[in-house]
Amino acid sequence: MTHDDANKMAERKRAFTTLSEIELERRYGPSSLPRFDYDRDLGDPGAYPFTRGIHPTMYRGRLWTMRQFAGFGSAEDTNRRFHYLLGRGQTGLSVAFDMPTLMGYDSDHPRSLGEVGREGVAVDSVEDMKTLLHDLPLDHVTTSMTINAPANVLLAMYVVAAEEAGFARAGLGGTTQTDMLKEFIAQKEWVVPPRPSMRLIRDMLVYGTRELPRWNVISISGYHIREAGATAVQELAFTLADGIAYVQAGIDAGLDVDAFAPRLSFFFDCHTDFFEEIAKFRAARRMWARIMRDRFGARSPRSWWCRFHTQTAGVSLTAQQPMNNIVRVTLQALAAVLGGTQSLHTNSMDETYALPTEEAVTVALRTQQIIAHESGAAATADPLGGSYFVETMTNRMEEAAGAYISRIDELGGMVRAVELGFPQREIAEASFRFQQALERKERVIVGVNDLVMPEERTMPILRIDPEVERKQIERVRRVRAERDAAAARRALDELRRTAEADGNTMDRIVDAVRARVTVGEICDVFRAVYGEYREPAII
Amino acid sequence: METKIRIIVAKPGLDGHDRGAKVVARALRDAGFEVIYTGLHQTPEMIVAAAIQEDADAIGLSILSGAHLTLFPRVVELLRERGAADIVVFGGGIVPEEDVTALKTAGVAAVFTPGTSLETIVGWVREHVRPRGVTA
Repeated sequence: MTHDDANKMAERKRAFTTLSEIELERRYGPSSLPRFDYDRDLGDPGAYPFTRGIHPTMYRGRLWTMRQFAGFGSAEDTNRRFHYLLGRGQTGLSVAFDMPTLMGYDSDHPRSLGEVGREGVAVDSVEDMKTLLHDLPLDHVTTSMTINAPANVLLAMYVVAAEEAGFARAGLGGTTQTDMLKEFIAQKEWVVPPRPSMRLIRDMLVYGTRELPRWNVISISGYHIREAGATAVQELAFTLADGIAYVQAGIDAGLDVDAFAPRLSFFFDCHTDFFEEIAKFRAARRMWARIMRDRFGARSPRSWWCRFHTQTAGVSLTAQQPMNNIVRVTLQALAAVLGGTQSLHTNSMDETYALPTEEAVTVALRTQQIIAHESGAAATADPLGGSYFVETMTNRMEEAAGAYISRIDELGGMVRAVELGFPQREIAEASFRFQQALERKERVIVGVNDLVMPEERTMPILRIDPEVERKQIERVRRVRAERDAAAARRALDELRRTAEADGNTMDRIVDAVRARVTVGEICDVFRAVYGEYREPAII
Repeated sequence: METKIRIIVAKPGLDGHDRGAKVVARALRDAGFEVIYTGLHQTPEMIVAAAIQEDADAIGLSILSGAHLTLFPRVVELLRERGAADIVVFGGGIVPEEDVTALKTAGVAAVFTPGTSLETIVGWVREHVRPRGVTA
């Protein structure tokens, strides 16, 4: 068959494109990679630029950490879920906070009405944090806290709660998300505007470098960017551009890049477009290694590592035929593993309805365990390395994301780009185009815009008792009533003075937390000193 | 001259999941309605004040935090208190089926759950929202 004959053969569609709208060819071969150089482009697993993974042995040495995100209702409820998950073989903890906590409001604030304990656990003071961590082995379990605007407050609470339970500060391991740039871009939970937010993050970086050698102060997150409707290319580009801004902030604060960069970690989404996702992860490692070595002059190989957590794509799950979500999650989790993730959260089939039930969470965790122990995917590092298609896609992801990063550099960096609404607008455009493609059935989501079945929707769902809100309000009021009022006042005054000047706010926050000052009271100081953020409404 | 229907698209509550609200706002605008998007983190009071000030014919609410049973009925109630009960309230988000019934009883005209097409939402608005003061 000649080349011309092949071109005339009918295909199902006029064009095949990835979710990032990259057009795919019928086949890939040696001509797709004309300048391919193994050592320069890939390197062995564990070798620069780490395209094939950050460790020489990858999952033969140690499996990824299976870390299911959990948090709902009261601190007692969530503590019980943590003990349940640890008992089923989970190896790391991950805390979801409720909306008022994420926005720095106490549970009795008028804006918290109806939101307390709904989308995560309510934590107002260190007393709640102590309940949340009750009887957990904080000297060897690592805890990831999805908290951003008040990350400084929650980190201080973790430190104080652990110390009051007898654990040494230096031995505490875990992660706070602390990625405010992606909040302004996508997740939209904030307290103060971008520039003061960067100053508070700088204070955390300095404090973490000094006091908490095992703590990852920032988890640079593409997840929320993707869930807000970004493409894989945008997720990759904006996340790395955010990372560049944080590294620059640390350097500007006088830190040696190799003193803090090894503890920066990343958090990516994993969608269903299988090969594009794998290519995204591989490109992320290669790009970050080059950025750290060549742009920032980092000398420690650990600074070059793009270590990341992955969560399967919540946005890809469907309310229709919800059991199909188990299959979607399996594909996504497998892509994350083939992409070399360090830890993984698999979503539960019922998450388009509500927070997951215990049964649904168990299936999600078991999905990871089946990939780990039965699929064979964990037996060799980067099994897809060298595939013409995967290497070409990895190159394409790097080129497209690199072009975005150059554009953001031209705008003056990510903080400026966010103030200009640039990434926000790009994401809104992409998500609208995707929705239009669904409406026109150019893309098919099984059970939603095609292969639809009449069905009864009878998923058992997790209900949050409205009593949680009432009890939590009582609890925070009791903490305020019972504490040493003068000590709390002094701590708040000290914090305000430091926030107004240029000292490190973290030490003052730790003092305030120890004096039982609440998250809302601390954030009120920041709101008073720096003002509140109002987003320009972009549609 | 035909009066253009004005719709406020609003995000009550504290969650920042605005993809759906923005996509729906844009689809309604493209369908010829006049759309005002309030932005995030609006209290029911702010939303109702905006609707009255902008002389809106309908309010589309989007929430994904689970606080819909508190916040949607509160918007309806405030509209009644301010004598603007003829402003049609509809909404969408992560809303379990049983809650849809409760919201409808509370006066929310329609609730669109995940997977609803833009065509369905636009079609519903065309059929159910009329300029205020005009009988449908």
